[in-house]
Amino acid sequence: MYVAVKGGERAIDAAHSWLDRARRGPAEQPVLDTAQIRDQMSLAVARVMAEGSLYDPDLAALAIKQARGDLIEAIFLIRAYRTTLPRFGASRPVKTGAMRIARRISATFKDVPGGQILGPTFDYTHRLLDFRLLADGALPATDPAEACETLPEPAPRILSFLDRDGMIETAEPDQAEPADLTREPMELPAERALRLQALARGDEGFLLGLAYSTQRGYARNHAFVGELRIGTVPVEMEIPELGFSIEIGEIELTECETVNQFKGSRTEPAQFTRGYGLTFGQTERKALSMALVDRALRWEELGEDGQGAPAQDQEFVLSHCDNIQATGFLEHIKLPHYVDFQAELELVRRLRDGSAGQEDAA
Amino acid sequence: MSSPEDDPDPFRREALGLLARAPSARLGELFPDLPEQEILRRPETGSVMVRGRAGGTGSSFNLGEITVTRASVRLPSGHVGHGYVQGRDKAHALRAAAIDALAQHDPKRIEVEILAPLRREEHLRRAARAAEAAATKVEFFTLARGEDE
Repeated sequence: MYVAVKGGERAIDAAHSWLDRARRGPAEQPVLDTAQIRDQMSLAVARVMAEGSLYDPDLAALAIKQARGDLIEAIFLIRAYRTTLPRFGASRPVKTGAMRIARRISATFKDVPGGQILGPTFDYTHRLLDFRLLADGALPATDPAEACETLPEPAPRILSFLDRDGMIETAEPDQAEPADLTREPMELPAERALRLQALARGDEGFLLGLAYSTQRGYARNHAFVGELRIGTVPVEMEIPELGFSIEIGEIELTECETVNQFKGSRTEPAQFTRGYGLTFGQTERKALSMALVDRALRWEELGEDGQGAPAQDQEFVLSHCDNIQATGFLEHIKLPHYVDFQAELELVRRLRDGSAGQEDAA
Repeated sequence: MSSPEDDPDPFRREALGLLARAPSARLGELFPDLPEQEILRRPETGSVMVRGRAGGTGSSFNLGEITVTRASVRLPSGHVGHGYVQGRDKAHALRAAAIDALAQHDPKRIEVEILAPLRREEHLRRAARAAEAAATKVEFFTLARGEDE
């Protein structure tokens, strides 16, 4: 129960003024520029774009600055801003097969056409604090890599090699218009398109935990990373006033395709199955988690047994993976619940009085 | 490959793509002064839902949105231009629309003065990035297995 109360305006104003000064930090320090956040905290920016579900590095950097580095608060700001924008339309599905690759690895095949490209990865670092960054962090001079005259051919999808031999389930396009959870409330059970949308904007930590649970045996589906690729793709949209489609921009994406436990029967030959993750920016842990959870949620359509595992339960996963819904409901309990609590207090008092009376009678 | 049917105007299509992907500041350098024009649609920022495909090639799904700014202009010659650019830069959208209109009027000039430099610079940016990536390509070699002794 909520009851309007007044008062506290002066305290709130003072709290927000302190917030502004706390965000700014000591006046003798240079103020943090959003361009620095965008370019030097780029993985935080990527996370805010992915979970804020809006690709705009400048806005994500602004949100991170305003939120004092609290990424969920920053995601909240982006989601709120997003709702103010008119929707111009939907893009054509991005062609991740033609991605301009910055990183592309496979854990299933060593020698693949196009090669294994590590990109700017934390993998194989020693995870030791680098105290040089406490100083100026100047980099040793390196020769710039020799620029290629011709751009590399698009790297073929690694799963297409399995697909060619019928070793993995196919992923065929269809003409269906995908449902959009930002337009209509999500209804359960949700088809895969809606699940992928929810997972793509879901909380990285939540999905990481669920994905980890599948690896530990709660709906085990034994995932191999068939391919993980990071790079840029153009965004193409049909422009009604032109009558044809144009590229309206270019975005960085992370895509993860997993090769999972097979299915088959006496009549159907055994085949590997797929999990899929696609996320804005360089967000590799998130894309990998998404692929594992996507695969776990597909148990029914693949004719597997429901094990009652959390990662298989779409009501559980989809209703709780959104960190803005979650934090909104969680944090609202900080707000005044004085009347609620008074009622409970009265109840407990009465119960105690009653039981005290019985004790006396005994 | 695209057929002439689904690509009725490849020059304009490529030009609009180059203009959308170009850094706004660079476009301002190449084309500082907007021509005399009538604004048909004031620059407006909105969003476009980006779609992906399950498994990269399967059914489409809604991945998330991008910010886009659009504008439309008409030149005294009657040519109408449209600009659709990623982000929230209104000057960028207006400039792209003006160049799109001019490109219909005088394609050669726009190609030489604006599109050719943008194409070259984009190629250089992509080539530099491709070279960085290529330098991180793994060259596997097999260690001695020990069974030779």
